[in-house]
Amino acid sequence: MKKHKKITMALAVATSSLMSVTPDVHAEESADIGDWDIDAAVLYYTESDRVSAFEPVISAKKQIDTDESISLKLTLDSLTGPSANGAVPSINPQTFTKPSGNNGYTTSANETPLDDTFKDTRIAFNASWEQALTRMTRLTLGGNISNEYDYLSLGLSAVVAHDINQRNTTFTTGVSFANDTIDPEGGLPIAFGVMQPSGTLQPRQTDSDDKTIFDVLFGVTQIIDKDSLFQVNYSYSQADGYLTDPFKVISVVDGVTGLPIIEDATTNLSQVVYENRPDSRAKHSVFTQYKRNIIGDVLDVSYRYMFDDWDINSHTLDFRYRLKTSETTFWQPHLRYYQQSEADFFRPYFISGQHPGEGTDNVYATSDYRLGEMTTYTVGLEYGEKYHDHGWSISGEFYLQSISEPTKKVGQLVQQELYPDVDAFMLRFSYDF
Amino acid sequence: MKLIIFILSLTSITACSELGVKPWERNVLAKPEMSLDSTPLTSALDDHTYFSKEASSGGRGFGGGGCGCN
Repeated sequence: MKKHKKITMALAVATSSLMSVTPDVHAEESADIGDWDIDAAVLYYTESDRVSAFEPVISAKKQIDTDESISLKLTLDSLTGPSANGAVPSINPQTFTKPSGNNGYTTSANETPLDDTFKDTRIAFNASWEQALTRMTRLTLGGNISNEYDYLSLGLSAVVAHDINQRNTTFTTGVSFANDTIDPEGGLPIAFGVMQPSGTLQPRQTDSDDKTIFDVLFGVTQIIDKDSLFQVNYSYSQADGYLTDPFKVISVVDGVTGLPIIEDATTNLSQVVYENRPDSRAKHSVFTQYKRNIIGDVLDVSYRYMFDDWDINSHTLDFRYRLKTSETTFWQPHLRYYQQSEADFFRPYFISGQHPGEGTDNVYATSDYRLGEMTTYTVGLEYGEKYHDHGWSISGEFYLQSISEPTKKVGQLVQQELYPDVDAFMLRFSYDF
Repeated sequence: MKLIIFILSLTSITACSELGVKPWERNVLAKPEMSLDSTPLTSALDDHTYFSKEASSGGRGFGGGGCGCN
């Protein structure tokens, strides 16, 4: 049987952890009933001297009936390489204890402390089922499970899309719920507990903890004219539970010299305390997207504004231009700009004597740069070929994270770059069978 | 020519007095590349990368959890 190209009629295609709820208000062709339509992609992500990731994914969709379909997706995510532990650099070499508590690692003088034991493999499976409820209303139910060595996530979602105005306007409403459990090697650290030399008792509380994430989303998609359409989404996300990163620490430094306090002279262990974040976070996002056909080319622009009760707000601007170079080939440049403010409890380091005592749960602090003031830039180019029954594309992208330095630094920290830029390269290949 | 249309397109949202098309006018909008998320698989890979490197997530879809990377 000749296989028809699918156009994703599904309201939602379950994604690894971030479920898309983009309604497709149009479809050029329908998949044959009973046929499986299969897509695959692989991403290679590498940072200079830091984390590398290899992430293959395969999805399959079956059109059960004209108004019913199922989608399945399997994702593997293999991570390896060093990651910043949150401590400040020093003019002297520093030693830290690995999360297991059994071994240590040393950071050279004037280098950003990186925990080089970071290695994990994640496997995620998503399934969704779409069914027309009425001629104008569609329901999509989804479920996902994601598992890695120290983390398990289970999620469910439901999305309803309703067309009006001769299908020129689509209203979307969705909810999702996820329950995540973290069980890190060595256990969960006590808030602001001081890291101890390897092989000795570490400040740990329990072995594992969990968090819940509840999301709601409202969206409107509107066809403007025969060449363009736009979408506006509002989403609210409420996370409760253990939101701290158990692997991140904060340095304790001398208030005059800026040198890390030595916790253990024998092993040259710097004094660092484990971070502590609030146990709830409420995020609001407004997302808009505009798409336009320009004599065969496609302009795709989106903007997202996010703010939360950690005092973080962010702006994301994304631009793509799909340049049709022949009936079957295209080039697509991509630019992305992202800017975020810092969390109100962001603390690059503590001055000795001023850090919260061990177990002070109601005080929050993190030095994780991902919650700091930051601007990121993505520049990429994709080339693709698309035929009647299959297609493929390859893209390369540079990603730069530029993190703001603290405005006030003491002693030797003035000479140090606490948050150097992080640059990464992404290579992606996708194949549509 | 494309540049002119590109510039005009940026103002088209406010310029339209009547939104929408008739069913027989959808041949361009029906093309796969005109779908709002025309490459959901690679979009998900990108979203996951940014989810693990930045403080924001979601917007197009649910922000969710699902990984110990953030």
